[in-house]
Amino acid sequence: MRRIALATLLLAAACVPARAATIEITMQNLEISPTVVSAKVGDTIEWTNKDVLLHSATARNGDFDVNLPPKKTGSVVLKKVGTVDYYCRYHPNMKATIDVAP
Amino acid sequence: MFVRLSTAIAVICLSSSVALAQGAKLTDPQIAHIAYTAGEIDIKAAKQAIDKASNKEVKQFAQDMVRDHEAVNKQALDLVKKLKVTPEDNDTSKALSKQASDKLAELGKLKGVAFDRAYIENEVAYHKTVNGALETQLIPSASNAELKGLLQTGLKIFQGHEQHAEHVQGDLK
Repeated sequence: MRRIALATLLLAAACVPARAATIEITMQNLEISPTVVSAKVGDTIEWTNKDVLLHSATARNGDFDVNLPPKKTGSVVLKKVGTVDYYCRYHPNMKATIDVAP
Repeated sequence: MFVRLSTAIAVICLSSSVALAQGAKLTDPQIAHIAYTAGEIDIKAAKQAIDKASNKEVKQFAQDMVRDHEAVNKQALDLVKKLKVTPEDNDTSKALSKQASDKLAELGKLKGVAFDRAYIENEVAYHKTVNGALETQLIPSASNAELKGLLQTGLKIFQGHEQHAEHVQGDLK
């Protein structure tokens, strides 16, 4: 009984790592700001499109492809360690990077 | 001030002999008309390219142009309505339209890669001209702060288009 309780406790501890953060990124006037962010696995990236134009956050490695209609937000939860370059499909000059640490 | 825009237009349409009123100061209703006309011209050019382009990237660029310019022009219409400004036709708008219809006819005769190249080349040149005009004439001449703000936003968007067009042009070579 005690062992089960301990196992449960350990499992619970493993499942709840440091509190996940939400990182906000803005798209305005065809610019992504900030262009480089550092995040951790489990963090949420939230993009806000302040333009009247359609944007997207499209990862070059295929990890995510978030459509961002004018004046809307969209988000993704980071699942893998690594550096992800992404861009806007409709405005390929809009480029940015997310560095994901464990 | 007006002279420079006329020169820019004259350069882009070497063959056309449109006479522009020189030295006249642009009013907000005229500026709104020029900006809207410039957007409409690019939408028409893009629609032609969606039909005729053979290259996928060129076609996609044209679709981006239609989407963005329609969105910006909708903003412009909403603003003039709000400000109770009636866009006023003028010699610059007329010269732009004339030049654009000549270009449409010229590009209409081309096919395949030749069309793709000519369309993109014109997009680079056209965005350069319009951005130059926005920066040096339309924005400084605009009296209303909201109109000025919209033109400034437009300039940033169209600078993005210019870079995008240059990128596509580079890929075509």
